[in-house]
Amino acid sequence: MIEEKENIVCPFCGCLCDDGVVKVEDNKIVGTRNLCRIGHKKFESAQHGRAESPRIRKNGELVPVTLEEAFDKAAEILVNAERPLFYGWSATCAEATQVGCELTEACRGIIDCTATICHAPSIEAIQDQGAPLSTLGEVMNRADLILYWGCNPMHAHPRHMSRYSVYPRGFFRKRGRKSRTIMVFDPRRTDTAKLADLHVQISPASDHMLVHTFREILNSYDVTHETVAGIPADAIRETMEAMAQHQWCILFFGMGLTQQMGKDRNIDVAIQLMHELNKYIGIRTTLMPMRGHFNVAGANITICSETGYPFAVDFSRGYPRYLPGETSAMDVLYRGEVDAMLNIGANPGTSFSNRALSHMAKIPLINIEPHNQQLLQISDVVFSPAMVGIECEGTAYRMDNVPIKLRKVVEPPENRLPDVVILTEILKRVKELKGKGA
Amino acid sequence: MEMEFILSTGRSIWQGEGIEAGCDSDLYFNACARVEIDPDDMERLGLKENDTVKVVTKYGKVVVYAKESEQSPHRGLIYMPYGTWANVLVEPLTQCTGMPNLKNIPARIEKTDEKVLGAHEAIKYYYADGNWEGTAESLKSYYDIH
Repeated sequence: MIEEKENIVCPFCGCLCDDGVVKVEDNKIVGTRNLCRIGHKKFESAQHGRAESPRIRKNGELVPVTLEEAFDKAAEILVNAERPLFYGWSATCAEATQVGCELTEACRGIIDCTATICHAPSIEAIQDQGAPLSTLGEVMNRADLILYWGCNPMHAHPRHMSRYSVYPRGFFRKRGRKSRTIMVFDPRRTDTAKLADLHVQISPASDHMLVHTFREILNSYDVTHETVAGIPADAIRETMEAMAQHQWCILFFGMGLTQQMGKDRNIDVAIQLMHELNKYIGIRTTLMPMRGHFNVAGANITICSETGYPFAVDFSRGYPRYLPGETSAMDVLYRGEVDAMLNIGANPGTSFSNRALSHMAKIPLINIEPHNQQLLQISDVVFSPAMVGIECEGTAYRMDNVPIKLRKVVEPPENRLPDVVILTEILKRVKELKGKGA
Repeated sequence: MEMEFILSTGRSIWQGEGIEAGCDSDLYFNACARVEIDPDDMERLGLKENDTVKVVTKYGKVVVYAKESEQSPHRGLIYMPYGTWANVLVEPLTQCTGMPNLKNIPARIEKTDEKVLGAHEAIKYYYADGNWEGTAESLKSYYDIH
């Protein structure tokens, strides 16, 4: 008989939609309702292509081994490493990250989450400038001007517009979409831009210039150039005037600002623009980074509450140090400093830059990953865990930093332990080995 | 024929779906082993949909399928979804922010008859077998650039 489980939280993107319905028959997921294309695929394919046991690379081949053997091997690699990197944490629960922080400290390693190649510059900018933040519920009830800058929610957060920002009717925005103005800033005419009231098609990598021009106008300076970022100055002035007609504005920004030259400086000026819109025109302004993985915000929050810093925390001196650009995953891999790595809840094979992957291929790599991802080609110890939000419970943080409890939908297959248990076992062995050494 | 472009990488819903379907799936391969080009640029390059092209940047070379962009116009800009193929081409420098440059990279496109590698094959070929370092024009060591 097919059982319909309701109010299931979707563990895919930072939206953490909590109204999913998953159809289960004999502990098998047979269908979903309410979820987006990607969320549906996540549940649909969760139980397919799973490895049956942990594997260790022997003579160039991944060979199935017992859990005990894999734990011992993983602990041995970490204890023998001088500068191990613990990376990922975004597709797992906050509880696992807590254990991860302890493990990192025990190994005197570096802990970094996927934010490092996603919204790390945003965090750096927020530390520089401060940030007026809000929850998504507030956006739904109040926002009448929504700016999407360098992000494409129709592709990356498919239910973001329909559930939280653009289409829902809110307390003060009773007519839903009709009560709101949508502006999209993107060098491509993206599917989000096609739905917007205004698409500002800027030339690539000129976001910083355009934000500054908006600030120039706000601060009563003349725009001396005829075009800025490929947009005529008059059009920029008109856009500014149109923005000023609203009451409550939110800026959602994505990788378009963080992944190109300028990085945290692009966000710096965006925060300043929001501040000045509020100061000089009186629009209530807030901003929100469009977080990618379902618990990347949670990884930052957990690492921050455990160590005092949100990402790129180095324990090599026995106490936490935070130097983005020096201790962040990309830099230590780039410089070839890392001599062992543990990857959990991330897929660097699809997201890391060439040089980082090239170094990862040379060092022992422990990979905690349920599916057959391409990184297995260079992994040395592979654990197949239970999937958080599908086969075990956990806490995740939505993109507006609201914690949401993920639910268990089906029983995990035999021998698939939750991430927390795997990390605790490795930590136990690391402590034993370190104890012996001392 | 060869043309200069600006390469931008990013998410696409098909890539997200492909990742969840599994990195060894056809869904993932079709979603990510591609470069999306503006229709006008396709015409100027004399390319047809699904032609194999080699995308070359200062940091690597990769063979993918050429696709007409559905999110056009964006003349002069080419787009690749995040994934194993795009990663070969990106600029790994972080300018001391922890973030490599994944957008706005000068690139050129040339037509080729070479085969498009699968996700697992690509990781093996470029990194496990160490072929990526040979394809990069610069970046032999950290100190070359600093």
